Order: sequence, then structure tokens, then C-alpha cells
Amino acid sequence: MKKDININVHHLTRVEGHGNIQVNITDGTIEKCEWQVPEAPRFFEAMVRGRHYSEVGRITSRICGICSVGHTLASVRATEDALGIQITEQSRKLRKILKHAENADSHLLHVYFLVAPDLLGAPSVFPLVPTHTAVVQRALRMKRFCHEWGSLIGGRTTHPTKVIPGGMASIPEREELETLKARILTEFVPDCLESLSTIKSVAGAVPAFERPTEYMAVYSPEEYGLYEGNVVTVTPDGNKAHYDVHDYKSCTNEWVSPQSTAKFAKNRMESYMAGALARFNCNYDQLHQKAKDAAAELGLKPLCFNPYMNSVAQLVEVFHSVFETLDLIDALLAGDYKEEELVKPVKFGTGSACVEVPRGILFHSYAYDNDGMCTKADCIIPTNQNHYNIQLDFNKLVPELLAAGKEEKEMELALEMLVRAYDPCISCSTHYLSVTFKK
Amino acid sequence: MSDKVKIAYFDFASCEGCQIEMTNFGDAAFLELLNHVEVVEFREAMSEKTTQRINISFIEGSFTRESDRKRLEDIRNRSDIVIAYGACAATGGINALKNHQSDYKQDVYGKDADMPHLESTFALPVSAAIKVDYSLNGCPMDRNEFIRVVSHLVHGKQPVIPNYPVCVECKMNETVCRYELGDHCLGMVARAGCGAPCPADGIPCEACRGFVDNPNEESLITTLMEKGGLSRERAEARSRMFAANCRADAPHKIETPNK
Repeated sequence: MKKDININVHHLTRVEGHGNIQVNITDGTIEKCEWQVPEAPRFFEAMVRGRHYSEVGRITSRICGICSVGHTLASVRATEDALGIQITEQSRKLRKILKHAENADSHLLHVYFLVAPDLLGAPSVFPLVPTHTAVVQRALRMKRFCHEWGSLIGGRTTHPTKVIPGGMASIPEREELETLKARILTEFVPDCLESLSTIKSVAGAVPAFERPTEYMAVYSPEEYGLYEGNVVTVTPDGNKAHYDVHDYKSCTNEWVSPQSTAKFAKNRMESYMAGALARFNCNYDQLHQKAKDAAAELGLKPLCFNPYMNSVAQLVEVFHSVFETLDLIDALLAGDYKEEELVKPVKFGTGSACVEVPRGILFHSYAYDNDGMCTKADCIIPTNQNHYNIQLDFNKLVPELLAAGKEEKEMELALEMLVRAYDPCISCSTHYLSVTFKK
Repeated sequence: MSDKVKIAYFDFASCEGCQIEMTNFGDAAFLELLNHVEVVEFREAMSEKTTQRINISFIEGSFTRESDRKRLEDIRNRSDIVIAYGACAATGGINALKNHQSDYKQDVYGKDADMPHLESTFALPVSAAIKVDYSLNGCPMDRNEFIRVVSHLVHGKQPVIPNYPVCVECKMNETVCRYELGDHCLGMVARAGCGAPCPADGIPCEACRGFVDNPNEESLITTLMEKGGLSRERAEARSRMFAANCRADAPHKIETPNK
């Protein structure tokens, strides 16, 4: 049966930032199938020029409200790399706890508030307040908990105050860390286990779709890469390649497509994916055992080629982050925990860093002059890297849906859910070129 | 349901972090809020849209391109009250850091800089395009202030936004002055209302809520130089951070609502 389908989603809902989906099928022939980004550009890399190194992280944090912790950490770490600063082990551990808090915080927001309504057939979380009260209460309670967990270390979770070049501007009291640990065990872990049951019960609604691609993540020999490390990618045959973070341009390869003005990224294959599923595929062996147990419970195994499973991988990572945090608190409290002086710069030059923000690998790179003022900046954002991978998923998914006889509304929902699964963060707009297509 | 105040959220050039703050209230406070307001449109969190009259619209983000004017006017026409939600909407915030630069497009986009869809002019507050009734200042906006303002409006009272400097709040908190610690700070001209968390956390106030009315800018620069040890160039840059549009030399004079 030949059919006409016209999907025109203007400003897709339940994603961060502005994106459009356009699919035009005439008489069974796909004429257009595109993921478009009309976000207003904001020019952060230009704005940090001429700013002192102590201010740059607080400016680039504002690239994104959801991953502001990750942007701050990537920015401050790149600056520290440029300034030859080696922070103390205590500061590293505190920052890692903050990174884990952000990961859990953002993942729970995404899974509960942005994805779950699709799986439960609701347009948003609000109609679920009367019908699924306990689940909504748990979601809000967990979100708040993550906010308190991150704020204890970072000052706040939207644009943290305490992470500055050289270490931490101030640190929590020993007793506050002990309280956090106790509360994680008594309040948060039980809610995580309940979340596992909830997601398992709706996992059947996750669409079955596979498209093998390349996956990219931060790699650290010490641990599941989140806060620091270099770059690893894995291709569908399991082959891994490693890259030094200073050579990030050699594996991100931004390019301009002839049919679109949006910048894309590619490495060994036509496109690659970043995010929780990419991390899971690249670094599964280093996950905390509790996270591996959660993955087994949810039926998630590496290598997984279904992008919709990114949301499931996010929940697995919540388990990783919460149990790693408990270990980090133990390690901090076992040592000589105390206020420390900031580590001073020993040089001014160029530096780069990568950090996993919830939605994928993030690169920041800066150059500083001898007065410590920024002369050049470059930020490569995960959603930007995922952009072309989403497009290639569309290219495979739309014909499959068409062949399966799906109607326009079903197809629209499947495409919306696919974009949401990537948890895109579109206002991270530094590298975005907005796209205008003819109607 | 129908007697609740209908509220909606809209976003322009911003990081959407102020909207994310809505999810940090916790279950008790958030569900209590929903006893008083009905969220009828909120693209980042919900697919529903409304054709009904909106009582209070919260707009996050700056007005940075002419093509956004119509969407802003549409929101104004649909709403009884419009609130600039967070620094980007209230003053232009961090986005205004490019307003004194002329080469920002070339720096970021190189040879593609002149493409028409990269249209971006001055980053301005929402009030540059439409009438704004109140502002929730700050980067991010303060959740407690949000509750206070909404509560006032729901009960038919006039919200009061502080017009005294952040220094007052540091004194109340007994936070040691940044200048005493060999640092610098913008607290003496920064609009209070946040509770001064930044100096308490160990960093200077950067006036993310904008300046108080009639700030003594010359004295600010002098203090940053003489007590803070900054060069004039850096002192000027410092006062620009979040408040570029609040300076006397700003391309767009900010109309301060709430007065």
C-alpha cells in the first residue's frame, strides 16, 4: 500500500533545547527525513576570550543548565591542564562525587520526566500525578536527593560555585559527608531498587530497533570513565581504538554536510554515538558490580545496538554512580580530610580535557596568555556529536516503520522517542549551526 | 482544577537551567505547588499545549534575534502576566557578554559566519521586545524567590524584589568579605535577593541578578582596581560578566520592572 505521510514536529517537546523533525513521504517514497536544529546560537567561545582563567568555567557552565556540572568540570580541568595544575587527591575525589551526583540527577530527570510518559502513554508527567502518584513522588524525591548530593560538594547543581581552578573553593564538613552516606543507604538506594522494578515493568514498551554504529566515551584505566581520562571508541565488531584527549580533533572530525548546514562529527565510521549507552558499550567491564547486576536485571548487555536502550543504560549508570559515591566517601573519610590551599598555576599555555556529561563525551580546550587571560576556546558538545547518528537512525528507522505499515502518528511518536532516547541537550549550542529547510 | 492559576513556561536563548530548577523542589513542595497552579504549557517537560488564556507566563532566555519577536508577542498576547524568568530574560545575563564584541560570529563559525540562519544581534532582555511585568533575577533564578513571587501573585499581592546590594546579605550571613580575603567582588552594586551564596561558597559575587537601581559604576571600577588589585581593563571586564546590559554604556537601557 502506497501512502502519503507528512510529519512536521516543530520544537520537539520533552527535550532540552529546540529541535524539529520533518518527514515527507509521497506515494510510499521518502522524499525528506530530517532532524533539524533551530536553536538560537549563543557564541560562548567568543565570549570567553579576554576573560581571566578563574572566570572561564563559570561562563562556560552557562552553556547548559542540565549538564552545568559537567561543563564546569571539563572547563576547569582543561584550564588546569593549560596552567600545569595538578589538584590534590582529595579535590579529585570530591569532584568525582559531584560528577556522579550530576549523572544520577540528570539520568533520573530524563528517565522519569522525559521518557516515562511515552512508555505510559501520557503526554507529560503531570497527568501521571493522580494516576501514578507514588511513582511521581519517588521521582521528585530522588531528583531532590541528587540535587542535595551535588549541592553538598558543588554549592549548587545548576551552575556550581565551588569547583575552581586549583581545587575546591570550599569543602563540606566531615559530618556532612557521613550524613550523605547514611542518607544514600537509607533513603536513596531503596528508591533506586524501586526504580529498577518500575522501569523493568515498562521495558516492554521500549521499541525494538537496532543500528550498529561506533560508540565513543571517556576512558580511564582506573575506573569507568566519567570525570577524567582519554578517549576510547568501539566499533560493532568489538574493536577498540584509543585517542589522547589532546588529539580530540582527530577523533571528532567535525564536518559540514553538503545537504545541511549543521556541523556533524565522525570518526572511524560514518557517525558515532555518545552517551550512557556508548559508555556502557565501551567500558562495561569497569562498571560497579551493583550496576552490572542492574543491567542483567534489565536485560542490557554490551554491545547493545538499540539507541532506545540509552535510557535503560542511564538507569544502570545511576546504580554505578550511587555505589561509587559510597566508596569515594569512605576513602575520603579514611584519610586526613581537611581544608586545602588551591594549587597555583605553574605555566600559561594550552590545555584540553574531556568529561562525560550525562548525554556523552564533552571536550573543552583553551589557550591562555601570560597574564592568565583566555585567548582561544573550543567546546565540542555531545549532542552535536550525536546529531548525525540520529539522522542515520532516522534513515534506517523510517523505511522500517513504513514497511511495517505504521501510521503517521505512530511513526511520529517513534521518531520523537528516538530523539528523546539520546537525551539531547540542544541549548549546548556552541557548535550548532541552525538549519533551515525548504517546505 | 479550573480555579487554579494557569502558568506556562517558554524558552529562548538560554541554558534552560532555570526551568530545571523547577524539578529540584522535592515531592512535598512541588506537589503542594500543583495544588495552587496548573501548568498548561512547558515544552521542556510536557507535550501538551493550551489555547486557553494563560495567567502567568515565565519566559526564560534572551531576545537575540528579530525572528523571535513574533513568538514573544504571541506569548504576551496570550498572557495576563509575563515574568522574565532568570538572568538571560531579565537582563540578557551571560549572553550579553558578546554585546561589546564585533567578531563573535567569525570567531565561532569562521567562513560560515554570514549564513542567514546564524542571525544574532545584541543579546537583550525580553523587555526589549515585549512588556514584562516582573523579573525573577539570577543565574540560576532562586527557587525560594520563585515560590515567594508566585505566592504573592496567587494571593493578589504585589511581589517585592530587593533593591539593596548583595553586601547586605553577606553581612546578615556573617560571611567574611572577599576583599578581606585578598579577592575582589561585585557585591556592592549587585542586586540582592539570592541570599549571597557565592561569597559564602568561596567565590566573588558576579552580579548575576544585575545591578541595583542607580549603581555607582565608577566607584565599582575604582574599588575593583584599588582594593581588588585588578587592572582597569580587567575591572571593566569583571563588571560586564552577567551585567553587561546593566552598565551605562549598554546598547539597550534596561527597563527595571517591579517598581
